This record gives sequence, C-alpha cells and structure tokens, in this order.
Amino acid sequence: MCPHDPSSVPAVDARGLVRTFRASRGGGEVRALDGVDVRIEPGEIFGLLGPNGAGKTTLIKILTTLLYATSGEARVAGFDVEKEPNEVRRRIGLVSGGESSGYGILTVRECLWMYSQFYGVPGKVAWPRIDRLIEMAGLRDQAHTRINRLSSGQRQRMNFARGFVSEPEVVFLDEPTLGMDVNAARAMREYVVHWVRAIPGRTVLLTTHYMREAEELCDRIAIIDRGRVLACDSLAALRRLVEGGQHVELELRTPEGGEVAAPTLGGVPLAWGAPHPERGTRSLKFRLPPERALADVLRELEARRVRVEAIATRETSLEDVFVALVGRGIEESDQPAEAATPPPGAP
Amino acid sequence: MSALALNLRAVWGRAYSRVVGAWREPVWLVTDAILPSLGMMAFVLLYRALGAPRSFEALAVVGGILSTYWINVLWGMGAQFYWEKQSGQLQLYFVAPCSRMAILAGMALGGVALTTLRSVFGLFVGFVVLGARVEPFSLPALLGVFALTMVALYALGMVMASAFLLWGREAWHVSNALYQPVQFLSGLYFPLRALGPLGALAAGVVPLGLGVDAMRQVLLGAGARGLMPLRTEVLVLVVLGVFFLWLARVALGHLEALAKREGRLTQRWQ
Repeated sequence: MCPHDPSSVPAVDARGLVRTFRASRGGGEVRALDGVDVRIEPGEIFGLLGPNGAGKTTLIKILTTLLYATSGEARVAGFDVEKEPNEVRRRIGLVSGGESSGYGILTVRECLWMYSQFYGVPGKVAWPRIDRLIEMAGLRDQAHTRINRLSSGQRQRMNFARGFVSEPEVVFLDEPTLGMDVNAARAMREYVVHWVRAIPGRTVLLTTHYMREAEELCDRIAIIDRGRVLACDSLAALRRLVEGGQHVELELRTPEGGEVAAPTLGGVPLAWGAPHPERGTRSLKFRLPPERALADVLRELEARRVRVEAIATRETSLEDVFVALVGRGIEESDQPAEAATPPPGAP
Repeated sequence: MSALALNLRAVWGRAYSRVVGAWREPVWLVTDAILPSLGMMAFVLLYRALGAPRSFEALAVVGGILSTYWINVLWGMGAQFYWEKQSGQLQLYFVAPCSRMAILAGMALGGVALTTLRSVFGLFVGFVVLGARVEPFSLPALLGVFALTMVALYALGMVMASAFLLWGREAWHVSNALYQPVQFLSGLYFPLRALGPLGALAAGVVPLGLGVDAMRQVLLGAGARGLMPLRTEVLVLVVLGVFFLWLARVALGHLEALAKREGRLTQRWQ
C-alpha cells in the first residue's frame, strides 16, 4: 500500500484490485493484476513504472472504466469506477501512447473540437482552449491540416492535447511521449507540470518506460511487476531502498573464447548490460555494498583474464531501484536477472 | 451541464465528421452514389425495354436511391465500431461521459445527411436523365415516411453496431453476407408483393423493404402495387423504429458490460 495523507479524498483509490484474463493458449488464466493497492492524492503526479506485461495498462483501463476488475474496488475522484462510471468519466482524461485517434478527414482543430463535444464543452469555451492546446503541442502550423497528413509524432502530440481538452480533474497518461521527438517530449513534460500546478487538485497518473521521465515528473512512483506493486513512494524514499553502497559500471573485454558466466564476483551479485560490438566489450553493472571492496571484484576479474576498459561510479538512479526490486531492466524480457547470462560468443 | 445538453453536443460532434466527409472526399460519390445508380439505371431501362407500366421505372428509382442508405447503414453504422476498435478510437468513446447512444445517433444523423447528399445524384439520374414519372403526391407525407424509414433503418444499424462490438472481425463477413439478401428481400427493384406471402413476411422485419414500399405508395399510389395499406406500413415502421432503438440501447449496455468483463472492449488479444 502506498503511503498517503489519510485526511483528503483521494484522486485515485484502488484496493485489492485483481484482474484475470483467459490465457490465449493452453487454457488457464493470466493474472494481470494481483491485489493492487494504490492511493493517489489530489495534486500529485504519480508514476507507474513496470516492464511490459506488468499490469500498468490493465490498471489504467480499470480506473478509466474501460475494464472491470475481477475483484477489488477502485474509486476515481471519489466515485466508484464500476457503479458510477459516468461521474468518473466526467472528471478524467486519457492519453495512450501510440494511439491513432480521430478521423483523418478532420483537421487538428476540428478533431479536438469533436472530442470536446463528447464532454459537452460549449463552443465559446472549447475553441480558445483548443487553440491554447494546439499552441502547447507545437501544432500551430498544422492546426488546419487534416490528421491523415500529420506525421506520427505530430499525431501523437495532437493525441496528447486531446487528453486535456475537457479540463479533467485526473489525467491518465499511458506512455504519452511514445513516438515523440526529444523536444516535443520535453514540451509535453513541462506542460504536465504546469497543468498540475496551475490549479490545486489536478492529478496525473503517468505510466512510462522512460526512467528519466518518471524521475523528472513524478512526486511518487509505484513500481509494478507481474500485477503486484513492489514499492510505492517518493523518488528519494525509493532510492533509500537500495542505498548503502556505490553503483558501479565496468566495461569489460574478455579473452577470446573465455566467458564470465558467474552470477556473483567477490560476493557481489552482477547484472550484465548491453554489449558494445564496436569496441568488443560489454558492460557489467552492480551495486557494491559498503562491506565489500571494488578491489575484490577487480581481482576476480583479473583472475578470469578479463580486462577492465573503464570504470564508472554514480549515485542511485530510479533504474537501479527498478532493477533491484524487479530483478531485471524495464526493457528486458520477463525473466529474473540471475538467469540472464551473456549470449554465446559474446566477448 | 444537463445530460440532454451533453448528449446533444455529442450527437453533433460525431455527426460533424461525416457531414464534413461528404465535401472533403468526393471520391465516395463514385462508390456510394454513381455505382448504385448503375444498377438502378439497368432496371429502369429493362422495364422500359419490356414495355412495363411507367410506374415500374419510378419504383426502381426509389429502390435505387434507398439502397445507398442501406450501404451506409451496413458499413457506416454496423461495422463502424469494429473499425473504431481497430484504430483505438473506440476506447475514447467509452471513456467519454456522453451516452453511447448519442455517439451512434451522431453517426446515424451524419450518415443520413451524407447519404442524402449523395442520393441527389440518384434523383437526378432517375427523374431527370431517365425521365421516370410519379403521380401527384403529398410532400409532407413523403418526408414523414422517409423520416420514419430512416429512424427504423438506422436504429437497426445501431443494433448491429452493438453486436459487432463483440463479433470483431466477423463484422466484415456479416456485413458482406447481409448486403445482397437484404437488398433482395427489400424488393429494391421490384414490388415487394412479388416475393409472395412468405417473402413479404420476411421483408416485413427489415425496415428498408417497408420503407421503400411505403414511399412508393406515396409517390405512385396504386401503381406502386403496395404490400400492405400505407397506414399499416407506417404503423409497422413506427413499431420497428421504437423496437430497434430500445433493442440497441439494451444490447449496447449489455454488450458493453460483457466486453468489459471479458476484456474485449479495447484490445483484441484480451
């Protein structure tokens, strides 16, 4: 359960959410959510971080009234998502990364207007708001361009703007910057912060694959994997979960035909990073506990005739927290880190 | 904001894209107006060559014009939610606070407006180019019967749209499978009476056939060789319209709940 302020009515309050799906093969069922408890306070930017298949999108679909939970209950803006869906819908916005909403035949301006009508926004209010959102999304020159003539990045920016056209209380951003270029993504992040801080009570639930995005934006972050919330707290508090040592990244060159398949070196658990084929090296990442010395690890590597090309140390990042809790990187497949060994033939 | 105001805005918002579409993609005029007119022209010319009564020509023109609405109901209403689901649009409808019936009504209203615009071409071909003739008629009666037919027909489209929420890919095949049989059962190019009692009974449950027959009766009087008295057909159209609207509402609510339970509303794999 996430720590929270018990005095306020939460923007999102999910308790014991379970969602199962029938497995596509072999019968049985897949447990997408396995007892999720999340409470988000009004005014928060709350991050939901997890690898593919962790249950993030399932949770968002339940909270946005698109899917029923198998068990458990959830309230958004104080309303039950199953029993009072229309009250919830009046108060929320949803942006899903990579979606292709709207009709190609409409212009950007018309498309945003169409969505504003589904929320009953009067024209006098809608048009100035739409123009502001178009400006924010950097689409002023495309305001009168048909959607089917936009690039995918421009279309994604329009989708982002669409999520705010009804002035919701709670916005659900599911990988919102997917497919955006760096500058557009930065502008969207700045807008989210500005939007939340402009009026008290506005709330954002963000799922993202980009650790930096979560670090930059979120007041609190929940790390979710295999349908369970593994940790939920502020970034500083999450960092403390894995503090107590240095984060070390080595760039290694192993002798031809040699391999380093050990899960630990000098008593330190290892996580292999990406190979660098252009240099014939590979990264090795680990957290060095205070009671261990880096020299011990280096001595073991020397004994295995592994050459250390570079050494870097740094403070705890969200990615370190994630790897420590989940057991693998956010982009890695759904298997524990200790099972991951360098591929055959890797240097 | 009242629920009525919200839903009226939603209707207009959804109808707008279809109305705009009529002007921005004139290529649809070819598939939805000119091509169906060819079938109509063939029947008019056939009746003329056979020396059939002149009323048969107008009868085929009315059927040909209404066939464009049937195409629109099948592909623009029934199968529409399927396309919306594929494109990710459907979930945006379902997170909006407006009624789903308002979205469907917007699709229907826009579809009727768009198709009416296209059917002007059919009217021109039938009555100006081919010179089909009708009896003196009451315009309010014609518009009234047309409006009733559209309500019943598009309400049927709403029922189909609800069902296709769950059927997914099969929507394409079902639409294809329904196209010709319903055209035939509706007697678009011949008097419904020619189907015999059993065929006429089958046609009676499809608003297209009754609507065509009723409009012919308004335009041609006895020359329409109507299936039932006009008043009876109007009454049946009213009943069908109310029934299909009710059924669409119930089906939409039920199927939405089912889709949410099974996770099929927004993702095909779920």
